[in-house]
Parts: sequence; C-alpha cells; structure tokens
Amino acid sequence: MTSVSEAPLLRIDAVTKHFGGFVALDNINVEIRKGERFGLIGPNGSGKTTLVNCICGALRPNKGAVLFAGEDITQLPPNKRSHRGIARSFQIPRPFRSMTVLENLMLALDFAAHRHLLETEAHRRDAAMAILARIGLAPKAFVSTAALTQVELRKMELARAMATGPKLLISDEAMAGLSTSEVDEVLDLLLSLGGEDIAIIMIEHIMQAVMRFSERVMCLDAGKIIAIGAPGEVMANPRVQEAYLGT
Amino acid sequence: MQRSSIIFWFGAGMFLIAMLLMTQFIRNEYPFFAGYVILQFVVLSVAWTILGGYAGYVNFGTNAFFGVGVYSAVLLIRAFEAPLGVQIALAALVGGLLGLGVGLLTLRMRGIFFSIATIALAIIIETSITNWRFVGGAAGIQLQRPPVMQPFDTYVKMLFFVQALLVVIAIAIARFIQNSRIGRGLHALRDDELAAECTGVPTLRLKLLACVVSGALMSAAGAPAALYVQFANPDSAFDLNYSVSVLAMSLIGGTAHWIGPVLGAILLSTTQQLLTVTISSEVNVLVLGVMLVLFVVAAPKGILGLVRRKARKADAA
Repeated sequence: MTSVSEAPLLRIDAVTKHFGGFVALDNINVEIRKGERFGLIGPNGSGKTTLVNCICGALRPNKGAVLFAGEDITQLPPNKRSHRGIARSFQIPRPFRSMTVLENLMLALDFAAHRHLLETEAHRRDAAMAILARIGLAPKAFVSTAALTQVELRKMELARAMATGPKLLISDEAMAGLSTSEVDEVLDLLLSLGGEDIAIIMIEHIMQAVMRFSERVMCLDAGKIIAIGAPGEVMANPRVQEAYLGT
Repeated sequence: MQRSSIIFWFGAGMFLIAMLLMTQFIRNEYPFFAGYVILQFVVLSVAWTILGGYAGYVNFGTNAFFGVGVYSAVLLIRAFEAPLGVQIALAALVGGLLGLGVGLLTLRMRGIFFSIATIALAIIIETSITNWRFVGGAAGIQLQRPPVMQPFDTYVKMLFFVQALLVVIAIAIARFIQNSRIGRGLHALRDDELAAECTGVPTLRLKLLACVVSGALMSAAGAPAALYVQFANPDSAFDLNYSVSVLAMSLIGGTAHWIGPVLGAILLSTTQQLLTVTISSEVNVLVLGVMLVLFVVAAPKGILGLVRRKARKADAA
C-alpha cells in the first residue's frame, strides 16, 4: 500500500459509469503507485475496458473522479491525458494504417509533451528507432502496419504508447490470441518496460501471465471490485474462482 | 529555405507570370472565360482535400461554401460597392466561420452522418438566401461590374488572374499543412480518431482548423463568381453540381498529396469545358459520373495512386 508521504500516481475515486440502465462500473476505488505492476482481471463484460477508457479519457465517468499525479483529470480529453503521461494499447490493435511502423511512432513523438526535446525530424527518427530496437521491431520499421502479424501489431502499439513518454502504460489484452511463445515474448517486454518510472496496468485473461507479471491484482465482476491484493491471494479467493468458473 | 520549397515557389512564380502574360497577349476572351472555371475548380478541389483527403471527413457541402462566397460578395457589392479584394477577404472570413460550425459537427458525427449533415447545411443556407430580398431572393440579382483595373483590358481577364492567385494561395496552404505536423496529425485521425487522441493528437483542434481553412478557401473561390457572371441566384450559386464535381475531381486526382486535386480538377474541368462547347452542358455531368465510377473501380487512389504504383513497379524492375 502507498505510504502517506508519497501520493499515488493514479487514483480512481468512486468512479461510476453506466450506459443507459446498464451499470458498467459501480463505485470503483483504487490507487496505483508510481512504477507499480498492476494486473486487472475479470470475466468478459466485467468493466475492465470501460475502466481503462475512463482512465485514458475515451469515456467520462458519470460519477467520481480520476486523479493523476495528484491532479483531477476527469474532464480532460485523451490527448491532454496523453501529454500528462497516460498511454495505452488497444484490445483490438488500432494502428495508423496508412503509415509505416516508424511513422506511427514518429507521429506519437511529434505530438508528445516532451516534443521540445526532439526538435528536428532526424531527432524524432532516432528516438523512434531506439524505441523500436528496444521492443524488437527495428527490422519492421519501414514496413506498412497493414503487413504486420498479430504479435507485431501488439508490439507496435506498445512501442507507440512508449513513444508518448508515459508514466502509466495500460496494456489492454496485449496477449489475446497469441501463441504461448508469443505470450512469453510480450510478457518479457512488458516486464522490461515497467519498473523505474513507468507503472503498468495489464489487463489479461491469461492467468500465468498475470501471476508472473503483477505485484498486485484486482478482479472486477459486473462492474464491482470483488478482490484486490497479492496475485496468490486473489486467485485463491472463492469469489474470483466463482466469477471465472461459474457455479 | 529547403530545396523543395525553392522549387515550389519558383514554380508558383512562373505560373503567375505565365498567367499574367497570357492576359496581356491573348486577345480572344474565351480562353479566360473557360480558364477561370478550371482555376476555380482547382481552388475548390484543393480546399476540399484539406478536410476530405487529409482528415477523411467527406464534405458534401462544397456548394454551401461556394454559395456563401458568392453571396458574401453580392451583399458587399449591394451594400457598400466594396472592391473585389475586400469581397474575397470577407467571403473567406464568412466561409471560415461556417467551417468552424461544420467543424463542431464533427464532435458528434463521423463518416456518412457528417456528409449528410453538410448537405443539410447547404439546403438550410440556400433556403435562407432564397428568402432574403436584399440580395435578390429567389429571382436572383443582376450585378454591374466596376471599371477594370490596370494592366487588364477586360474584367474577365482580371478575374482569371485573381483566381490564379487564389490557386497559388490554396496550394501553398495545402502544401504547408501536408508537410507540417498538422498534416501528420490529420492523417492519424483519419486512420483512427481514438488512437490518434490517445497518442496525444489534439484531434478536435486539428479538425476545426481543417474545416476553417477548407471553408475559407472555398468561399474565397466563390466570391469572384458574382462578378464573373454578373448575376447571382440561389439555384446556381448553391448548385449541388459543385459538391459532386469537386468530390469527383479530388478523388480522381487522389487525395494523399495536394497535386492530386490539382490534376483531377484540371483534367475533369477541362473535359467538362470541352464537352459543354462541343456536345451539351448536360452531358458533362454524365461523363463525370462515368469517370468517377471507373476510377473508384480501377484506381481507388486516383491518378496519384496509379502513378505511384507505376513508380514502384519501375523500382522493382
């Protein structure tokens, strides 16, 4: 848990979101520390992606507030939140299809808050190539995103998110539909990106990945938090098992 | 200045000099009468591409912006006998404001819904003008040309040159947007608006900018039309053919680069002018339709796409 002296990086304060009569998120309260590796699990339709959308600004909650680095960002549009350091990947990859991999990253750098550090195009190109090298996509830099495989698309999205210079990276099911070896690849990647200054929220259905990755796990079901804590404890929780396996 | 910029401005200068020399040495007025229309469509298509091509918001209301340009000029002539330059500048201002309104539509509407809303907008504005007596109402209004300015000997030649200036301005703006991060941001939001926003692109601001610039240029292109035909009526100023033609020209030329709409507009409106003189003024609409269908099927990225594909093949060989 966070100490009193250090404010949490992200605070979700009594967030409620409903679509018509359907309550997608019901009074969610959670805090995420600087550099924390946080696993978010729950059955389909439990509100995971809705919560992510409320954090990154694609949706505004009906009630409650989202605080980032101590400031209320509930009303900010996604691009302003991106400038403050919230980046995400999408459950279904959303590359800029008319661009190459490198251009996707350079666009992110072009509009990033730390743009002043990368004045010229050559600087941005170098920075983008450095990120691609770190992610292991450098050989694909000049390939159109339309020609990428599923795992490469996921990596490209993570790379593009990294290019915005995040303090919080949200990975929305980056491993869905990947083979076992690819899952390990992406997982190692996420582990290497996190730590230091970057907190990561990982949404995932693949349990061994969540277990290996997370310092803390939260389980949502029908828009409510049913368990939160160390991965082992959450997995052992009968309510979590019930939500996943049914009765 | 970069080398490409030097080449561009040199080309633009040569173009204007050539146009000016034409007005001085060609006696026959017809080439200018026809050429004016071609240049007008170049401005309209380039302006359309800024929003429709770069940002991917298909504006079906080109006629609204064009008509607003025409009637801004009519109003200024009727009320203040304002000179041509003022007419164009204020028409651009009004068109820009209208563009801002259209831009706000993009907050809630995308794709086909946005396009339909722009048609509705054109109808609303046309209806208002039809019911506005001061600018001629439904019957239209006859306009008197002021004396022509030096060094031109006829008013049409002068308007021809003014439209050529607007072409250079429109292309210079489109080129600037395309090469700046505004253009890159617009391309990103065209590909995926949510992903662009989450990557830090201020999508709303860019869309508003594209709408304002595109609208201002369209209305500016429409303003001289009032004195070109010395008559304005709502039916012809808000003719849906402007929307259809401009859309076809941009798409046939290709929207990835400013040269696309320029090529498309020159190709199509020259064909249209030839057909109007040789066959009939109605058949050119048919030809437009057939060409659009052919291009959508055979070359969905327009002339630009064809050329690029050729170039790539040549590279590979």
